[in-house]
Amino acid sequence: MNDMKTMNCTGAQAVIRALLAENVTTIFGYPGGAIMPIYDALYDHRDALNHVLVRHEQGAIHAAQGYARATGGTGVVFATSGPGATNLITGLADAQIDSTPLVCITGQVASALLGTDAFQETDVMGISMPVTKWNVQVTRAEEIPAALAKAFHIARTGRPGPVLVDITKDAQFGALDFAYEPCVRIRSYHPKPELPLAALQEAARLLDGASKPFMVIGQGVLLAHAEEELLRFAEKTGIPVASTLLGLGAFPCDHPLYVGFVGMHGDYAPNIKTNECDVLLAVGMRFDDRVTGDVSRYAKQAKVVHIDIDAAEIGKIITPHVPVHADAKDALRELTTLVQARRHPDWLREFQEAKRVEVETLAENAMPAEELKMDEVVQLLSARTRGEALVVTDVGQHQMVAARHYRYRKTRSNITSGGLGTMGFALPAAIGAKLAAPEKTVVAVIGDGGFQMTLQELGTIMQSKVAVKVLILNNRFLGMVRQWQQLFFEKRYSFTEMVSPDFVALAKAYGIEANRVEAKDGLDEGLSRMLAHEGPYLLEVMVAKEENVFPMIPTGASVSEIRLA
Amino acid sequence: MGPASMKTAEPEMEKTFTVSIFTEDRVGMLNRVTIIFTRRHLNIASITASESEVPGVFRYTIVLNATRGQVDKVVGQLERLVDVLKAFVHEEEDVVHQEIALYKVRTGALLNGEVERVIRGNHARVLSVDPEFLVIEKTGHVQETQQLFEQLKPFGILEFARSGRVAVTKPMKELSTYLKELEAKEQPATDNWQLTTDN
Ligand SMILES: Cc1ncc(C[n+]2csc(CCOP(=O)(O)OP(=O)(O)O)c2C)c(N)n1
Ligand SMILES: [Mg+2]
Repeated sequence: MNDMKTMNCTGAQAVIRALLAENVTTIFGYPGGAIMPIYDALYDHRDALNHVLVRHEQGAIHAAQGYARATGGTGVVFATSGPGATNLITGLADAQIDSTPLVCITGQVASALLGTDAFQETDVMGISMPVTKWNVQVTRAEEIPAALAKAFHIARTGRPGPVLVDITKDAQFGALDFAYEPCVRIRSYHPKPELPLAALQEAARLLDGASKPFMVIGQGVLLAHAEEELLRFAEKTGIPVASTLLGLGAFPCDHPLYVGFVGMHGDYAPNIKTNECDVLLAVGMRFDDRVTGDVSRYAKQAKVVHIDIDAAEIGKIITPHVPVHADAKDALRELTTLVQARRHPDWLREFQEAKRVEVETLAENAMPAEELKMDEVVQLLSARTRGEALVVTDVGQHQMVAARHYRYRKTRSNITSGGLGTMGFALPAAIGAKLAAPEKTVVAVIGDGGFQMTLQELGTIMQSKVAVKVLILNNRFLGMVRQWQQLFFEKRYSFTEMVSPDFVALAKAYGIEANRVEAKDGLDEGLSRMLAHEGPYLLEVMVAKEENVFPMIPTGASVSEIRLA
Repeated sequence: MGPASMKTAEPEMEKTFTVSIFTEDRVGMLNRVTIIFTRRHLNIASITASESEVPGVFRYTIVLNATRGQVDKVVGQLERLVDVLKAFVHEEEDVVHQEIALYKVRTGALLNGEVERVIRGNHARVLSVDPEFLVIEKTGHVQETQQLFEQLKPFGILEFARSGRVAVTKPMKELSTYLKELEAKEQPATDNWQLTTDN
């Protein structure tokens, strides 16, 4: 990198050069006073660095999250000080809990003004500390290259997460001799654990002796790029595979060993079998309360093997019999060599039988046939895209329906806000995902409520010509909350009915092709037109107002008490 | 974490623990450390911070009352912090610890021979004498500094301050050995990430 060593580089130019050195190609951002020097430096590199001007900084960070999750790379965000930075907080919290690698660069007032309540000064370090994997404030130009190198290293290694680099305006204006050394090690940070061989041998011994082994995989498989290793391991051992919400797509949904999605609105079979298996192998998942239901009645009969790269996750919720602090890729590869090849046909049949019970019971309780239901829409979308689209979902009923009914066949084809459950996530995240994976069909499945939390990003779609498909499932309700009100609050629909504007007209105002489907007979054509359209497209589908998502594990219930109606 | 079974019944009884945290010397470190406790609604009984025997490495000594399970989880979260080198949790019998207390009383009280007797009886010492007040210093465990407080109280205590606990541990392994181990830990030749597309 000697050619990059030049005299008289400004701090702002150093930021841009560091991004180029990290092979960044896309930035999501929004300018303002305290970050103007960086934007000025960016102007000279606008061909190499595609900066996407969003409409709100929350849109920038969710777009960067979508970008990161579609590629496995690191998302990059620019925002100004004060309100620009505070608008990132929701996205930081989301990326932190869902382990998404981001480097967010915020401008800050000049260092002499820190702590003086200067215009647009906020304690960004203090505010972002609990919602970042790491953050740093840079007050001198010469510290910029090393700070950014460290930021990228920390964001993407180990259990990934968001990092924030706050750069004062005087540091941006200051001069330095630029030299970029990628960061490869930090004395206090050891992202890659050594493979615990003895633990893996113990795990293999348990699995070899199991008659009802069961595997629950999470996003850790995707983050470790361990999809291949997982497939090989599952096929050798014949263990049924279930997925958490964020793990969907890491194992093909049409594989004979795939038994469904676990958790509160997951599938019946994997939930009830959790409390019947004899060995539970958890890979890259963290036993979220939405997955476990009542923890004191979760998999009590089973011997638990927990593989996770984050030592703090092991034993946090469930104390495993065999803790495996390891990278999922390495652990699965090793475990595959240690275990015996087996088949479990009777055990698998139990899952199929439970699945049949689920399908039949749900059909018996289905709503009147005239009304369009969310699951029909998602099933048809799944069929028309052959399970190969990248589906970005928002938060609510439509999210759970998409998770249950889209047949994800490709890795990195499911992007959703899991841990934080951030409404408004999907539209900007889909923009980022499409820019990261232009060859894929990217469909954002969003509720009428969530769409209105970040709909200003239609402007970004328009200006940056991002060919995302926006599918609004409009039930004229904050449906998920309404469902809870119906089931647990005596149908007292306290502020969940929502009046919305004409979404089709709104999209058209942004120059985006749009259409509405009001009844069953228009659905196929409506979806096909959306998918066939070259550019961005918004399709609003009017669905039943008061449909409920089942199965469901009520709060406080155990996974075996999952309700089908 | 070894392969041995982790499944042990979690003792739910609260005890006093000393947590020693070794960190890089960075702005905001104290904040990073304390939010881990506050987020779990754990009250810190005392905290001290100082440079450790290794230059550039800071040592925080935190005393709290909690269950073993709570403390172990906190230590896990602390060690996850990028700038934390190592965190240890100790029960009372594993540490040698002291606190220092300063007592300001009127000089006139010394005229009463009783005060001198109390000072001597508690192995305390007079740190400074002013025409108006004197400062008594006592080093010891909290029970001892408290006992002196109670005994001086009848003579009028103008001011009282007690430090947090400073503690060293009984095991002989030195911090520098841990640091060497950390530094020797093999770093991956390539990080565990590849990019599927351009970025
Ligand atoms: C930012 C935010 N605010 C509030 C909530 C609580 N919440 C969860 S689901 C939901 C309803 C979502 O309604 P809609 O987007 O229409 O989707 P639907 O459930 O109807 O499919 C609400 C309000 C949330 N998850 N995120
Ligand atoms: Mg709705």
